Amino acid sequence: MLFTVAPGALFILVFLVLPSVYLVGMAFLSSGPYGLPTLPLSLQSFRELAGFGFLGWSPGNLYTLIRSVWQTLLATALVILLAYPAAYYISTRPARWRPLMLLAIVVPSWTNQVIRSVGWMNIFAPGTPVSDLAALLGLTAPQMGLFPSQFAVIVGLVYNFLPFMVLPLYAAFERLDTEQVEAARDLFASPVAVFRHAVFPQTLPGLMAGIVLVAIPAFGMYVVTELLGGGKATMIGNLVARQFAQASNWPLGAAGAMIMIAVTLIGLKVLRDLGRRLSGDREVVL
Amino acid sequence: MSGHALARTASSIRVEAVTKSFERGVPALDAVTLDVEAGEFFTLLGPSGCGKTTLLRVLAGLEEPDTGRVEIGGRSMAGVPPHRRSVNTVFQSYALFPHRNVRQNIGFGLEMQGVPGAEIAERSQAIAGLTGIGTLLERDVAQLSGGQRQRVALARALVNEPDVLLLDEPLSALDAGLRAHLQLELKRLQRRLGMTFVFVTHDQEEAMVMSDRIAVLNAGRIAQVDTPQGVYEAPADLFVARFMGHENFVPIRQRDATGVDTAIGRLDGDFAAGSHLLLRPEAIRLDSDARQVPNRFMARVSERLYRGGTTEYRLDCGDIQLMASCANRGQPGHEVGETVEVGVSDRGTATLSD
Repeated sequence: MLFTVAPGALFILVFLVLPSVYLVGMAFLSSGPYGLPTLPLSLQSFRELAGFGFLGWSPGNLYTLIRSVWQTLLATALVILLAYPAAYYISTRPARWRPLMLLAIVVPSWTNQVIRSVGWMNIFAPGTPVSDLAALLGLTAPQMGLFPSQFAVIVGLVYNFLPFMVLPLYAAFERLDTEQVEAARDLFASPVAVFRHAVFPQTLPGLMAGIVLVAIPAFGMYVVTELLGGGKATMIGNLVARQFAQASNWPLGAAGAMIMIAVTLIGLKVLRDLGRRLSGDREVVL
Repeated sequence: MSGHALARTASSIRVEAVTKSFERGVPALDAVTLDVEAGEFFTLLGPSGCGKTTLLRVLAGLEEPDTGRVEIGGRSMAGVPPHRRSVNTVFQSYALFPHRNVRQNIGFGLEMQGVPGAEIAERSQAIAGLTGIGTLLERDVAQLSGGQRQRVALARALVNEPDVLLLDEPLSALDAGLRAHLQLELKRLQRRLGMTFVFVTHDQEEAMVMSDRIAVLNAGRIAQVDTPQGVYEAPADLFVARFMGHENFVPIRQRDATGVDTAIGRLDGDFAAGSHLLLRPEAIRLDSDARQVPNRFMARVSERLYRGGTTEYRLDCGDIQLMASCANRGQPGHEVGETVEVGVSDRGTATLSD
């Protein structure tokens, strides 16, 4: 018993428990001369995060947090809207085409995130056909381009995380019980009602898995916002990274990371409750 | 249960030259024509792949025929989607919605039709009582036994009071005892409701017990439509005869006005033209019984199977093997190896063509 559990427990202890304890501890320390954590214990980092600085209170960090949640929700919703039809479409193709189509969706994510974001920079930069078209349609001011912008960040997020929604949804569609779908059609359900009552409940576990896989990393996104946002759409991940890399305030970064974990846990709880409500008070098993 | 709630007019069905092919290979349905009368218990019988389920799905609207037309209650069903047909189906795997409890499953069809909640509750309760699941309404589907699921699937279809109820091998997943019980129950329910039932099965005994009429399908074509007695006693061809469980086929060599010459000898009587003579096992008589009929010959008992009410004897008559089924009425049985006198009359036989 001890020998079978010990390696796993040790792994979790070394790579999860200890770093977490270290992080939590750091968040409650003071920032030393070079940003390194030192005694005494203090709540200074949390005060700073909440917006209390030398010049009084400012809402900047709060905005960043709200923007992080909002951009995550928006990107996740768009990913769902794109992934549902894509996963359904792939699952209805002849068996020999399906792996190829899935591969086509997954392969881009094998390329480095930075390179793909730079690709979008080049597509959305001022003077590109896409940007000119947007200006022509009056969507942007002339010569402004679509990058850098919040729009570019959302596109980047959606593009980055689409595969992580398509794959679990595809898995759900592939083992869809089509007799339930036919039963719903037979029992007077319109096409919309068939989706709502026979398809959606069956794909809900896949959808929930997809949301977890998309929303959590999107919430902590750093690269896409850094490159495509140009400071206009920074998220909490950027804020945390700045404390460790540039501002050299490790306790403040640690406190930010704790807020991220807290928000993520709250999000998971909301998701779980939502899943239960959507499936008639039954636990959705991922 | 107030019976009048379900007293809706049953509908007749007309299927005219319906052909349906899937991607490749032979057509699943090949110019199928048949008529089902209103209020009839009609069975589609055949081996797997014969097209019976495809035909049922065409009636439900889940498949569109390539050519031909379907009328239900005198109305053409061309282009009418399943949710606009007053036809409901009991699926082979039941296809219950696992995220809904029994009550919500039964009420689904009414809910989709916009029936008020109070009426849904009342009708669901009534139909659950009729199908013997009145106490299970708040259960989860996962908590039900196979027989209970079958009843929920039936109630879920019946509660809509469809003009036609389609049943796709609804009893095939159940064990033998429960199956026999539900066969009778379903038959009684159909009589009581006066609803048109189209029932699919590959089990010829089930078909005979339950049906008013049976259509036997073979490779996408209708081989025979008749009453259970007609299909069993006067099968249209060798396929139907074999499928109905017959095995005594004797090739006919020559036929004349007074009888036929066969592989087991000359048989006198009035026989129709055909390539084979079918001898029903229960119409073959042995020893003292045999002396009451004109055609007699000797055979050797090669096997004996005691079945309680009857005993089956496998008889060697030259190159031909026959199976005889004798009612056990207290007479002594015949031993393996014994030579017995076998009697055959023109009643209890039929002539067949390939």
